[in-house]
Amino acid sequence: MAGVSSREIKSRIRSMESTKQITKAMEMVASSKLRRAQAQILNSRPYFEILHSTIADIADTNTDFSSPYLIARPVSRAAYVVIAGDRGLAGGYNSSILRLAEAQMTGREVTVLPIGKKAVDTLRAHGYPLLTEQYAEAEGVSIGDCFSIAKLLCRSYLSGEIDEVQIAFTSFVSVLTQTPAVMKALPLTHTPGRKPGSDILYEPDSESVFAAIVPEYVGGILYGALCESRAAEQAARRTAMDAATSNAEDMISELNLKFNQARQAAITQEITEIIAGSSG
Amino acid sequence: MTCFALKIVTPDGLQYDAPAQELIVRTVSGDLGILAGHIDCIAPLGMGRATVVTEDGSRKYAACIGGMVSVLGGAVTLVPTTFEWAESIDAARAERSLERAQAVLSSKDATSAELRLAEARLHRALVRRSVAAGK
Repeated sequence: MAGVSSREIKSRIRSMESTKQITKAMEMVASSKLRRAQAQILNSRPYFEILHSTIADIADTNTDFSSPYLIARPVSRAAYVVIAGDRGLAGGYNSSILRLAEAQMTGREVTVLPIGKKAVDTLRAHGYPLLTEQYAEAEGVSIGDCFSIAKLLCRSYLSGEIDEVQIAFTSFVSVLTQTPAVMKALPLTHTPGRKPGSDILYEPDSESVFAAIVPEYVGGILYGALCESRAAEQAARRTAMDAATSNAEDMISELNLKFNQARQAAITQEITEIIAGSSG
Repeated sequence: MTCFALKIVTPDGLQYDAPAQELIVRTVSGDLGILAGHIDCIAPLGMGRATVVTEDGSRKYAACIGGMVSVLGGAVTLVPTTFEWAESIDAARAERSLERAQAVLSSKDATSAELRLAEARLHRALVRRSVAAGK
């Protein structure tokens, strides 16, 4: 074959093989991490559903509105918790959540609390004011960390430094579908039109109940969002690596075909030369 | 005795989802006992022992820390941060945590943040120990 020698093709095949091995290994690692993350979501889902519905019930049936957590005030500065991954090679996982978060944040006064190395790096490079860079490793953030973040956010909310808390995360719909989403954590929203059913007894009183429960709620919601995002990251990485592996396979078989053609051509040429030489 | 629907959920999963006769939990303002037909009520939880009297009248104990308890429309929901049944508490771990906390508390050069953490750890360890011992 003119142009491409068989040795060149051989070395390309070899490099493709090793790429394939890497993507295959990454896919398998992501699969096993995904299984663990999925089990965690399954375990913790009832907690978030019940926590969320209970808080919604309380917010809806509350009659005295004495808690600042329930009153939406004009937003001059919003806090965004942005959850992304620590590593790349996960398809569109990092870029789509960061794109969504930045689209939401443009034109607003914001403070950002990034979770995950990619979120920290990108948002710092784009010049957003960061609340803390302490949580640069999404994989290592525990539920205890979530509660400390929540306490920090609630304190800033009460002191008036921020007027709204939003959480940008990736929702794990299924192994094949992950959708980036932004969820409002504070102030608590209540559905208009729902009448307070009966008087609720707040023990010891409504204000201290909210003061104690809301940080727990925000922490719980945050942990839920983190679990979803982690599972979504692994699922996205698995899909991306699966595609990369099959692309590598396609390329290897194409190169093999070319290699065989080149070898065949070389043999044919040699034979032609021998015949030409002996008959001359 | 009349039963009510009780759900106990933690971030680690559903711990209890069945009818119960009675629930006693430690709230921030003291122990609160709940029987069927309780008025709608919300209370944040403190640190202490939770007692569940199941449908057949047997009592189960657990260490229950943080979170809240709510009674809405007759359904009782306990949403603690930490909830461990007495039989599943790792007493040795609680003991070790207790010693570590005491070491920090008795040291002279601990910062106020460290002291606060150690105090909370001491409290949790004491709750776990007493629940595990009284099972």
